[in-house]
Amino acid sequence: MAQNLNSKENKAKLILTIFFALLALIWVYPVLLVLINSFKVNTYVKTNTFSFPVGEMFAGFQNFLKGMTFGNYPFIKSALYSFLITIGSTVLILLCTAMTGWYIARVDDKFCRLIYLICVFSMVVPFQMVMFTLSKTADVLKLNTPWTIPVIYLGFGAGLAIFMFVGFVKGVPKEIEEAAAIDGCGPVRTFFSIVLPILKPTLISVGILEIMWIWNDYLLPYLVLDRTKFMTIPIHIQYLKGSYGTVDLGATMALILMSIIPVIIFYLSCQKYIIKGVAAGAVKG
Amino acid sequence: MSKHSSGAKRLKNESIMKKPMKRWSPLFIGPTLVAFVIGFIWPFIRGFGLSFTKFRTTSDAKFLGFGHLFDNYVNAFKDPSFLHAFWYTALFTIVSVILINVLAFAVAYALTQKIKGSNLFRTVFFMPNLIGGIVLGYIWSMIFDGVLSHMNTSILLETKYGFWGLIVLLCWQQIGYMMIIYIAGLQAVPEDMLEAARIDGATKWQTLTKVTIPNVMPSITICTFLTLSNGFKLFDQNLALTGGQPFNFKADGSVVKTTEMLALNIYNTFYGQNTSARGTAQAKAVLFFILVAALGLIQLSYTRKREVEQ
Repeated sequence: MAQNLNSKENKAKLILTIFFALLALIWVYPVLLVLINSFKVNTYVKTNTFSFPVGEMFAGFQNFLKGMTFGNYPFIKSALYSFLITIGSTVLILLCTAMTGWYIARVDDKFCRLIYLICVFSMVVPFQMVMFTLSKTADVLKLNTPWTIPVIYLGFGAGLAIFMFVGFVKGVPKEIEEAAAIDGCGPVRTFFSIVLPILKPTLISVGILEIMWIWNDYLLPYLVLDRTKFMTIPIHIQYLKGSYGTVDLGATMALILMSIIPVIIFYLSCQKYIIKGVAAGAVKG
Repeated sequence: MSKHSSGAKRLKNESIMKKPMKRWSPLFIGPTLVAFVIGFIWPFIRGFGLSFTKFRTTSDAKFLGFGHLFDNYVNAFKDPSFLHAFWYTALFTIVSVILINVLAFAVAYALTQKIKGSNLFRTVFFMPNLIGGIVLGYIWSMIFDGVLSHMNTSILLETKYGFWGLIVLLCWQQIGYMMIIYIAGLQAVPEDMLEAARIDGATKWQTLTKVTIPNVMPSITICTFLTLSNGFKLFDQNLALTGGQPFNFKADGSVVKTTEMLALNIYNTFYGQNTSARGTAQAKAVLFFILVAALGLIQLSYTRKREVEQ
């Protein structure tokens, strides 16, 4: 009887595995289609979307070559700006909000509570509420370049980061920090040599969430950056599709593929942290 | 917790840390505070103020006067495209919240039943989240048009394709994200409670509805909240997949973009041809903010009541 039940359960699990294997194939199919179509001659992308690029449909690397200089703006430049903005903003956010989060959790006076409240409040404010005034403010303060836009990201994205850091620090006993203070260690040294290493898991979680947000963000950089000089990958792709009447779909797919590759590499190499970070961000946020 | 141990000692020690920390407050909270004012507080206050003015840029704003204080808001409600976008967004969000949560929970539940390859499946299902909304939109517009071109139509030509197309896109993107949260919740269900249910002879269905679901209520709260606000705030995917098409030209000259959602409608009002409508656009943005914030709060307080406190 027990044997019988067990084999029945095993059978059910096998069926589930097969079902999910098929579902997983369906899940990666759109990305495979991008790969297939990036090697296809433009005119066939729309008519023969689902067939392999064989015979006269095969375009070789032509789409990639064409895509690189498409729309009078080198794609490589957009990619570099995307990297610069994502890394610069994430580093700035992590450094500043970790300090602020620690300060708020430990000092915990009226002013700190007010900032914390505004942070939580900022998390429910949609970007459209501030987009017009924010882009004007950025213009006036000359924060409209890839080197200065991290300040904007810090300002608009501080809410969630501070929220997560405060939550984490409150769960950490402060005896170690106090011991350091008694031994004559100043707050700055305490922060960098004691607190920061303890914060490492939260730093990774927040970092992952910020990277995913900023790398893919379209509207904020589109409105804030001086568009005649600077583009990021999402802006570049939207620009090609939006402003050209008939678009070279093959070349667009080649660009999309090139923009997905670094993301997939990032995902496969930090997968464990990414999934943990998302779970942590959601549970606390 | 150490917080509650020996009050007097704690008080004394707190002052040891607090005072020097406060001295360094310009370093610890200064930069964040400055950026926060530039990037959020000031634009928010200014945006709120501008909704009561007439303006093309921020420097030429003219106060509407107390008699016409709410003119921009009245205009927003009179705008058929805004009302259409509201109902369209509401319908879209309801459908997407239900589909995404039911499917994500089902997948998470199945993957926590110790089946082979569940880690690999988890990795695959989450993957679309790393791709940005604009790129997602163009990937799926290629796929849908690849199918629809054989039927001599396009996703840009019929509202129903635009609606369901965006639903499919959003499911593909967000099921994996919500699945991760549900898996974390399901793994936290105490094993002894499940064991007790099994010994008492509960069926799998009874265990699921009476033990598992009440215990993952916090996850359900979070996911419902997230999908709800994601649905209402959706912009990139909407812009890239259909951009509001097909357009419906009314007899009075106004245009209703049939698949345009709220965020895109506000954007188009701000940056469209008619720059004198920017006051209306800002009023729409304030209404949008109130809606998103209120929904979050209502929904949160409603589901929190049903959570099982551990």
